[in-house]
Amino acid sequence: MAMNNLLIAIIARDLRLAWRRRSDVLGTLFFFIIVVSLFPLGIGPETALLRTIAPGILWVAALLATMLSLNRLFAADYADGTLEQLAIAPHPLAITALGKIIALWISTGLPLVILAPILGLQFDLPADALLTMTLALLIGTPILATLGAIGAGLTLGLRGGGVLLALLILPLYIPVLIFGAGAVEAVIHGVSPSGHLSLLAAGLILSLAFAPWASAVALRIALD
Amino acid sequence: MNWLKYSAPQTFYPLADTLVPLFAWPAAILTLIGLYIGFFVAPTDATQGEVYRIIFIHVPAAWMSMVIYLAMAFWAALGLIMNTRLSFMMAQALAPTGAMFTFVALWTGAFWGKPTWGTWWAWDARMTSELILLFLYVGYMSLTAAIEDTRRADRAGALLAIVGSINIPIIYFSVKWWNTLHQGASVSLTKSPSMAKTMLLAMLIMTFAFWAYSIAASLMRLRCIVREREKQAQWLNEAKE
Repeated sequence: MAMNNLLIAIIARDLRLAWRRRSDVLGTLFFFIIVVSLFPLGIGPETALLRTIAPGILWVAALLATMLSLNRLFAADYADGTLEQLAIAPHPLAITALGKIIALWISTGLPLVILAPILGLQFDLPADALLTMTLALLIGTPILATLGAIGAGLTLGLRGGGVLLALLILPLYIPVLIFGAGAVEAVIHGVSPSGHLSLLAAGLILSLAFAPWASAVALRIALD
Repeated sequence: MNWLKYSAPQTFYPLADTLVPLFAWPAAILTLIGLYIGFFVAPTDATQGEVYRIIFIHVPAAWMSMVIYLAMAFWAALGLIMNTRLSFMMAQALAPTGAMFTFVALWTGAFWGKPTWGTWWAWDARMTSELILLFLYVGYMSLTAAIEDTRRADRAGALLAIVGSINIPIIYFSVKWWNTLHQGASVSLTKSPSMAKTMLLAMLIMTFAFWAYSIAASLMRLRCIVREREKQAQWLNEAKE
């Protein structure tokens, strides 16, 4: 019971903080929109080509946008000492990390998922592909947030942390990218995406089980 | 015999000193023998011609790149569990050698691919995973290099190495499935199963040579790391004399 209360308290607190710093959240979202819109400008406006590359582009942009938002996950709490207080509190740090991950996903991952079908329309994706993409992003973006939390913990307070975070985390994101974009591509080619989506869901369960714990270890190392 | 005795830098340092030549010389001699057999004794391949000879470097390097990552994750885990400083140093000493072999495997693979497949690079499952392995090595090395506090660098790098090693099979299979989905008819990796005995011999000798080289090189690097970190220690100043 106490665990649930802690989790909810952390989520509520982080969401409130995110609400008060709306420009950060909006910045990530607009980054996503701009990156996605750059590709047609670079590649050319041919509809057939854009339709084939759309799943990959949207997913890569989602990966990058998530990665940019990760800097915010622990940095402010680390800078003002809150994180240290949370770490010495008698609750498991993994629960705290999980709460912060969930709040981060609600504030940046979820808007991205909601926005994705609209951006998909820019690429002339058919309706069923749009639906699958939204579903795949809904399962996939929480994985990105949980895995990213490990990297955010490891690079906490380091000089050039942003680039370093990309080096550490992007290789680990590759399976999510493959299955996420694969699901959409499967629908475009008329195959069932259930295999890809199941693997994504399995990845989500695995990462939810282990990543908060690993990011707690990473935070303890950083705070040591 | 008490093996834990050598978990202290102080006792391991002189041991590493004696071990380095024991591996460095075999590495040099076995490389010469292996390359001689590979380039002059082994017969020309019936289908690929002379080009195939690059596998005597390519295949052992690819093996080493994977073995070293596992060894690195093993030392990292041991360091986190037992809290032994030397284990972390071992993991850090292994990383550059592993990255080097990964790069060699990719590079020689490209040289082999151009004449045989007609392309420097194909998004084949094994090549792609090898490239991602290189990214993991680079991530580990840049993280440990970016943290100035050695204790934090050790432990953060160790956690990353462990997370990476858990991810390697997932990455490998995802890339493999991705590859079978995407690739129609480009290149087939199935090599002829029958291999001449001399070819196999040369490859085995080169594998042993690379093992010996890896051990020697990482022990050398380990000694440097010990020297750097323990420069205040009394025993090190005494050992120098």
